[in-house]
Amino acid sequence: MSAHELRADGAATGGVQRSSEHDGAAAKPGQANERDNGAGMPSATNGRPHRHSAAAPPITAGMHEHPRKAAAFVANDARLHWHDQAVWFIRAKRDAVSSTIPEWEQLRSLGDQIKKHTLSRLADYLEEFEKNAVACGAHVHWARDAEEHNRIVHSLLAARGVTRVVKSKSMLTEECHLNPYLEERGIEVVDTDLGERIVQLRREPPSHIVMPAIHLKKEEIGELFHHELGSEKGLTDPKILTEVARQHLREKFLAAHAGITGVNFAIAETGGFVVCTNEGNADLSTALPPLHIACMGVEKVIPRAKDLGVFLRVLARSATGQPITSYTSHFHGPRPSGELHIVMVDNGRSAIMGREQFRRSLHCIRCGACMNTCPIFRRSGGHSYGVTVPGPIGSVLAPHAKPAAHASLPFASTLCGSCSDVCPVKIDLHHQLLLWRGELGRAGLIPFSKRIGSKIGGWVLARTWAYQFFGKLMRWLLPKLPRALVYNRWNAWGQQRELPEAPPESFREIYRRQHGR
Amino acid sequence: MEVALFIPCYVDQFYPNVGLATVNLLERFGAKVEFPEAQTCCGQPMANSGCFSDAAPLARKFLTVFSRYQYVVCPSGSCTSMVRNHYANLLPEGPELTALRGKVFELSEFLHDVLRVAPQGRFPHRVGLHQSCHGLRELRLASGTERRIQSFDKVRDLLAGLDGIQLVDLARTDECCGFGGTFAVTEEAISCAMGKDRIADHERAGAEIIAGADMSCLMHLSGLLRRDRKPMRVMHVAEVLAEATA
Repeated sequence: MSAHELRADGAATGGVQRSSEHDGAAAKPGQANERDNGAGMPSATNGRPHRHSAAAPPITAGMHEHPRKAAAFVANDARLHWHDQAVWFIRAKRDAVSSTIPEWEQLRSLGDQIKKHTLSRLADYLEEFEKNAVACGAHVHWARDAEEHNRIVHSLLAARGVTRVVKSKSMLTEECHLNPYLEERGIEVVDTDLGERIVQLRREPPSHIVMPAIHLKKEEIGELFHHELGSEKGLTDPKILTEVARQHLREKFLAAHAGITGVNFAIAETGGFVVCTNEGNADLSTALPPLHIACMGVEKVIPRAKDLGVFLRVLARSATGQPITSYTSHFHGPRPSGELHIVMVDNGRSAIMGREQFRRSLHCIRCGACMNTCPIFRRSGGHSYGVTVPGPIGSVLAPHAKPAAHASLPFASTLCGSCSDVCPVKIDLHHQLLLWRGELGRAGLIPFSKRIGSKIGGWVLARTWAYQFFGKLMRWLLPKLPRALVYNRWNAWGQQRELPEAPPESFREIYRRQHGR
Repeated sequence: MEVALFIPCYVDQFYPNVGLATVNLLERFGAKVEFPEAQTCCGQPMANSGCFSDAAPLARKFLTVFSRYQYVVCPSGSCTSMVRNHYANLLPEGPELTALRGKVFELSEFLHDVLRVAPQGRFPHRVGLHQSCHGLRELRLASGTERRIQSFDKVRDLLAGLDGIQLVDLARTDECCGFGGTFAVTEEAISCAMGKDRIADHERAGAEIIAGADMSCLMHLSGLLRRDRKPMRVMHVAEVLAEATA
């Protein structure tokens, strides 16, 4: 793929015109590519097949996915509250640290404007970035989708006889399922971010984009390390556990032939890029092996070096409540005697750009703040979403490529709007969730019970007489029915809640009486 | 001042006292209140379920019923926000919709910003204020904990003026209660878990009453309280203000 193709594909100026076409494509179930090639797709991470890919599920399965998994998570009350508190703690840290920045809201607006502007001429900025990166001595590759991305990375490794790779955290490579792709071809890939390594050893996907192992307790990690790394049984001290991981990873770093990193920001005017980590693992992954491959989504480009200050000031504060990540590593070309390859990946992003009402979701800088604030995420866990990027942002990204499979995600929200207000780049997340509901409704991808309920409700409520008649009937009937008939297994409201008591008169009846009509 | 009452359908059917308290307050502060009898529902349950085409006729009906009034006042932040912020998904943009948006107010917002009144009276209770999300984040009735702006809270201002009221401090001042319309039944497990957490926060703070500007959140919380036979009550802000000023 090239920038010209991307432009012709609708990435920059062409995207708007193609919007209706994309609308249609996304609205048709089963039309999406069988491979998980959308932005934020279900995980078959690290070799273990995801349940989605096991057998072709019925078309309605996706409509009930999140509630089903969430109910399982909620069933363990102690763990639910432990998870809620652990994630809320990060939200509270974000609140505290953002309060120290008087211009916080101004930074959010600036971030929003810079991203809007960049997307309005994305192809130009990508070409500028390519030109300047090449001038720095890097090689630049363009990948249309996950398949092409994986192929490019593999061919670079294969051509140099690489069999051992270390990788710093990259949600894009998770999205593309790079690890299983390389493992199937005989290449060992080791995730070097501590949380990522933990979930990799557990053969499960990350549950959070910033804190991949936030769903696990230290006791479980001690147990895992005992089994997988041969550490002493019963370790629970986080310092000791971290040391175990350090010793294990040090060997992997030293033995690796290549390092793969993600990209947080790619700067068009310099051709350089920035990777943010807290563990310095991106630096070690690139400083030791001779080959560095950096994988980036096309929306990661920003115009100028000075724009970086806006995003770096909000990124770590929003993500973990830190003023800045421990390491903010800038790369301008390969290190002496080394090789640097940058793979720029579309994988559904230009299609999202072509849908104006959803375009702002491409502002995302992957801070995870929307997950930390989301009362549903905190109480259902990242795995309940069944996608690489969970939470509110994941729920607006995932349905683009596979609307049927992810039809429950836009409904996994009370539309409370907290996500939109914490977002450091002002993505109107809860409005996009509502718009997605409309899209899924038009495509017939909502449960039959909901559709029929809405039809009947809509018919009654459109007629004042019918509304009054059925309202009166319900209030008359409800108190007379035996309790067992009202509170049955199909009454979801009544499983844990009482229904409101039915008063003898409605407001309008009392009002009419009092006002003598 | 002529005010048309917009009483949400479930308030009309299940919580007539909230409607009566709303009338009481508006009349006390000099508004000439009228209840257009043709009204039914704003269409939010259908729209939030993704059935925009079932909601659209209700939006058109709403426009027909309420367009001729100077002000439309509603004791629900969520239904008010539906009209003000989401009718654009259902109706064509135009002068009629723009005019409607400008005159639909949530009750406490109307008392605070338009009538600019401070209800007086005695309400000697320990009250927890539940910030309903749509009032908070879509109508901006308060600054909220997410944004770094000058702090304000219109509903709290109205309640704080009452004698004897003690507004308790919650650990999470504006966490969602988990109602969320059809979410309450389609995601029943999470919805109830959220509601129970919200109640626990009020219990720890020592509240006798959970007060809020949206009866839907309170219907959900009250359902949980009653099932668990807890002594805590829920009251709409209109009921609190009307009872205090009575």
